[in-house]
Amino acid sequence: MNDLAKEQLNGPKNPLGLDFNTPALQRKRRMRAFKDRLANWYVSIGGLAVLGAITLIFFYLAHVVLPLFQGADIESRKAQQPAWLAEAAAPLMLAMEEQNQVAMRLAADGVVQFFDVRSGEAMQAVNLPLPEGVAIRSLSEDQPGTRRVALGLDNGQVLVLQHSYKVTYPDNVRTIAPLIEYPYGEAPITLDPQGRALEHVAINLNSGSLMLAGATGAELHLLSLSREENLFTGEVTLSEERIQLPQVSDAIHSLLLDPRQLWLYAINGQSTADVFDLRKRNLNGRYELLKDSSNRITTVTSLLGGISIMFGDAKGGIQQWFMVRGNEGTPTFQKVRSFQLGDASVTQILPEERRKGFMALDAEGQLGVFHSTAQRTLLKQQVAEGASLAGLSPRATRVLVEHEGSLQRYVIDNPHPEVSWSALWGKVWYESYQEPDYVWQSTSANTDFEPKLSLSPLAFGTLKAAFYAMLLAAPLAVAAAIYTAYFMAPRMRTKVKPVIELMEALPTVILGFFAGLFLAPFLENHLPGIFSLLILTPIGILLTGFLWTKLPASIRHRVPEGWESALLIPVILVVGWISFGLSGHVENALFDGNMRQWLTNDLGIPFDQRNALVVGLAMGFAVIPNIYSIAEDAVFSVPKSLTFGSLALGATPWQTLTRVVILTASPGIFSALMIGMGRAVGETMIVLMATGNTPIMDINIFEGMRTLAANVAVEMPESEVGGTHYRVLFLAALVLLMFTFVMNTLAEVIRQRLRTKYSSL
Amino acid sequence: MKQNNLKSWYKSGAPGVWMSGGAVAIAIIMTIGLLLVIASRGLGHFWPADVVEADYSIPGQAPKVMAGEITQTEEVPRARLAASGLPVAEEGGEFMTRQLLKVGNRELFGADFSWVIGEWLSNPRTPAELMVVERREWGNMYGYLINVKENGQVVAEGEAAWDELQKRIERVEQLHAQLARLEKKDIGRINHGMERIRLEGRKLELQGKLDATAQAALDARRAVLDADYKVLEAQIVELYQQFNRDSMTVRVSDGRESNIVLGKVVRAFRPNAMGPLDKVGFYGIKLWEFVSDEPREANTEGGIFPAIFGTVLMVMLMAVLVTPFGVIAAVYLREYAKQGPLTRVIRIAVNNLAGVPSIVYGVFGLGFFVYVLGGSIDSLFFPEAAPAPTFGTPGLMWASLTLAILTLPVVIVATEEGLARIPRAVREGSLALGATKAETLWKVVIPMASPAMMTGLILAVARAAGEVAPLMLVGVVKLAPSLPLNGNYPYLHLDQKIMHLGFHIYDVGFQSPNVEAARPLVYATALLLVIVIATLNFSAVYIRNHLREKYKALDH
Repeated sequence: MNDLAKEQLNGPKNPLGLDFNTPALQRKRRMRAFKDRLANWYVSIGGLAVLGAITLIFFYLAHVVLPLFQGADIESRKAQQPAWLAEAAAPLMLAMEEQNQVAMRLAADGVVQFFDVRSGEAMQAVNLPLPEGVAIRSLSEDQPGTRRVALGLDNGQVLVLQHSYKVTYPDNVRTIAPLIEYPYGEAPITLDPQGRALEHVAINLNSGSLMLAGATGAELHLLSLSREENLFTGEVTLSEERIQLPQVSDAIHSLLLDPRQLWLYAINGQSTADVFDLRKRNLNGRYELLKDSSNRITTVTSLLGGISIMFGDAKGGIQQWFMVRGNEGTPTFQKVRSFQLGDASVTQILPEERRKGFMALDAEGQLGVFHSTAQRTLLKQQVAEGASLAGLSPRATRVLVEHEGSLQRYVIDNPHPEVSWSALWGKVWYESYQEPDYVWQSTSANTDFEPKLSLSPLAFGTLKAAFYAMLLAAPLAVAAAIYTAYFMAPRMRTKVKPVIELMEALPTVILGFFAGLFLAPFLENHLPGIFSLLILTPIGILLTGFLWTKLPASIRHRVPEGWESALLIPVILVVGWISFGLSGHVENALFDGNMRQWLTNDLGIPFDQRNALVVGLAMGFAVIPNIYSIAEDAVFSVPKSLTFGSLALGATPWQTLTRVVILTASPGIFSALMIGMGRAVGETMIVLMATGNTPIMDINIFEGMRTLAANVAVEMPESEVGGTHYRVLFLAALVLLMFTFVMNTLAEVIRQRLRTKYSSL
Repeated sequence: MKQNNLKSWYKSGAPGVWMSGGAVAIAIIMTIGLLLVIASRGLGHFWPADVVEADYSIPGQAPKVMAGEITQTEEVPRARLAASGLPVAEEGGEFMTRQLLKVGNRELFGADFSWVIGEWLSNPRTPAELMVVERREWGNMYGYLINVKENGQVVAEGEAAWDELQKRIERVEQLHAQLARLEKKDIGRINHGMERIRLEGRKLELQGKLDATAQAALDARRAVLDADYKVLEAQIVELYQQFNRDSMTVRVSDGRESNIVLGKVVRAFRPNAMGPLDKVGFYGIKLWEFVSDEPREANTEGGIFPAIFGTVLMVMLMAVLVTPFGVIAAVYLREYAKQGPLTRVIRIAVNNLAGVPSIVYGVFGLGFFVYVLGGSIDSLFFPEAAPAPTFGTPGLMWASLTLAILTLPVVIVATEEGLARIPRAVREGSLALGATKAETLWKVVIPMASPAMMTGLILAVARAAGEVAPLMLVGVVKLAPSLPLNGNYPYLHLDQKIMHLGFHIYDVGFQSPNVEAARPLVYATALLLVIVIATLNFSAVYIRNHLREKYKALDH
């Protein structure tokens, strides 16, 4: 192109004697060239930046979603070998408080040592008030987060204690003062009146009622204590009740109490679990936990909420079991899912306090991080050389491992364990559910609630809504497009097109509100009308068409060809008026005056006022113009030579249409349908307003649904930034983006191919 | 014969033609029908309909007098009414009429609306003295005026009371305007000033510059504002006393008498006594109130001015943002980029972005603009406001920006189309005369393509004005305390949340506690939105068609 900076404008002969190369003109030329180059750069960089910014949407969504599928990270910190540890007795338990500053260690000799988590320095030690000459035989922790511990003593007594931490802020510095409390007094509670050693204990406190279980050999002791405090005197009275349960056959290994105090799980023998019903005080059942007879159960813990029981076995396997209410009403203990840590026997299972996740430690010092519901193994890591004891912090971000006189601290980063690809799309067996199911339930009033984030019902709802919308829109729009492009008189075309353009421009919020506030109640009251309309309209149209040929030619010729639609408008209006006018009579005659009740009571079809039928109508309305304009374009641009050729060979217009035009234009019509589908899938306001937004999986036309887009619109404002729910909603948006993008791209490619084909014809 | 006839008709393909023609007819009927329903319901709301009084006697109960506007009438099968537990007689017609009566007087009757059976109403009448009172709370009141009181003393009774009432309502209206100005504008200014002083102080403190002199200066300014506030407060208290001075006694349909403070009254009128001209005048007043006033009673009464204002302002901001970016991208794609497979891919991608669900843009806007960009802006420029977010929360700017991204493909596609339509000869002519590429672009191509850009921009505005889903995430609320453009520095509050017509429809129609009362207003709002968007679209179409004609002429 013109490079003004370098060009010397001196032609061979300058007839006028003008000099174009004066310094001033050269300067000006250079300036212009500079401006040109500047514009070039500016537009190129600006244009690329804008286009780049658009692609940013995709990358940003993916960037937010990605952490969901990353596993956990573990980082080890410097091991500590504090002096006090060398002299202390063997550890029974390790725990940390909320801020990860102070840890406690309970030793076999009854000494509770608090220490600084970072430095390992001793803080204070408490000697538990054990009776003279009595040793600790067993230990049991209550539900995760209660910090309540029961110690089984060898004189048949139980000591209940709680480790708690007082946080104060003197001079704006956080100071944590640990202490040991005895909610049931410093004197141990007698569980076995005969004074035998308690080999195993279990504890649970539920709304003032404490339940203690203990076992000696194969013998069970169960004690229920209610604590009443006198408001005036502060005097505490304990009322005791001893509960008798059937005998267990084998020596007991472990005891667990259900936090609602409904069940007692006694693990005995190799791998048998006896489940006792504490209300009926009988044996619910005896369950074999392991099929392999060479294997045995080594450790047992309940997860957060106490419904799920986790069993670790000698071969590194971990199983989750919980009580499932069967169809007959009697709950049974069932295996739900299993995990594998390694080959060595599992020695400890540490439940998280906030989630249904857990960690497990085996005899070779391997630590595994798992999540029960998502069935995810997030991490496996060697944390010690051999058998060791671990404690998990309340927020599950720190693990403290004691191994042969050394304390090793690990930092765990595990932000989103509860989501996995299979949990998002597959059936998941949630606690208290009868069977695996697809559930979307992101929030609840309940506190120890587990969010159930299955995208399946939402994707199903999205497709259901799109399906019913396409059911209406596809035939109507394609037929209308073909008629407009092929049969309609040009003068009518100029009148119809603006109407369709107006239809396209209508904001969806208006369609949604119209559907929800007008259409839904109207349809509910005129259900037979809508069905008779479906049947009567085609009949009415065909009848009109046929009768039209019977009319005298003088009338027929007054309306030129290509104006059939205009003739049909009053016909359809009359048919509609008849259908809805007769609706009540039909209802009276056939359905006892109420078709809705008839549907629900006689056919057993549930009926919502805001249902898929309403959505189909409203969203069909929204999608019709999209499909129409692209399909019309495709049909209209079929080369005229093809049509004329066919007509010249004697085919009727209809034959030409069905055998030549539609065949040629079919890729275009198909791409129109795909674009319509893409639009229906992503539509938000209509579904939000015209359905009840219940995440159910049912194809029933008389029930609502919840779509991905509506779900995002409803739940996004209240989700916690960066949380799992937030990221799952981003995932829903990403899925929508990808789906529509793929659909539209395909449609666009098909259209472009079609265009080249047409131009070659 | 007939059989044959039908067969040949079928074979000719005519049924297919008629059926496809029917599809067009259905689409037209659906569109026009929808618009007609919205228009009739929306516009009908402002008409002062007659208030009917009638005796209502449910079988087996003592008759009572009911008064109100009939808002809806429908035919219901007798069986269905019986099934819902009404004491319907066994025999009689197949259908009964059911009417929805707006009875008002919510504080007395519990609900504004009441379903009645038409057959049980008798002796309907439209007494001229029956009065409708529009109130600032508790909805409408229907009843007869007994007397007007000042400070509890009766000043007018009987027929004279009506004129007295109108005079006093006018006075109250003036007081109300004064109060609103004081409370909104003046107190708002003081609060804004106080907040700025607090932030300035905090900023100085963060910079470590808050010494005694600075503190004293701030305190002095605060003291000035405090003093202003004291004066205003006294004025407001005084005005409120004036405002609540008068009251009236109203007898409602069931004979109860109720005392209404005139401060609570917006207007009182007697629709049954109005002539057609009065009614038209009243209609105009109500319509003007609708577009120019603020909403009352949780958005179910009054006007929608803040929503109109918010929508317009947001869309204008969006237009300012989207035009340069869209045009640059289009110019790059069409004029500067090397045409090849890559530009084709980009073009398809841009085209497809127009089809990406709008909620996806909303999610992106919330995540990226609000939390990432807004969060960074807050920590860089507004550390003094922390932990309260300034830009790190949904607001006007983010709503506009999100819509700008959403409509960018529309502008790019339209501009590119306009650029492509410019005949090659024009460009080559300019270059042949020695103009550089940039000069050709700036002086020849862009002016010629500007109508196409305009079309793109109008289409973008039309799309943006009707979009709701993404805005729910990035800055639109049901009730904003003040307009985003006001007299307080910095005048245009980009960080403020706004009201929006589309969201107003969603919110009032679906989240309102009194849906029945709000419904007509929703229809009216919807109608307004449709009119705005249809106008925008048709003007875009007009410009486009006009352009095509122009270039056709240029081509030859």
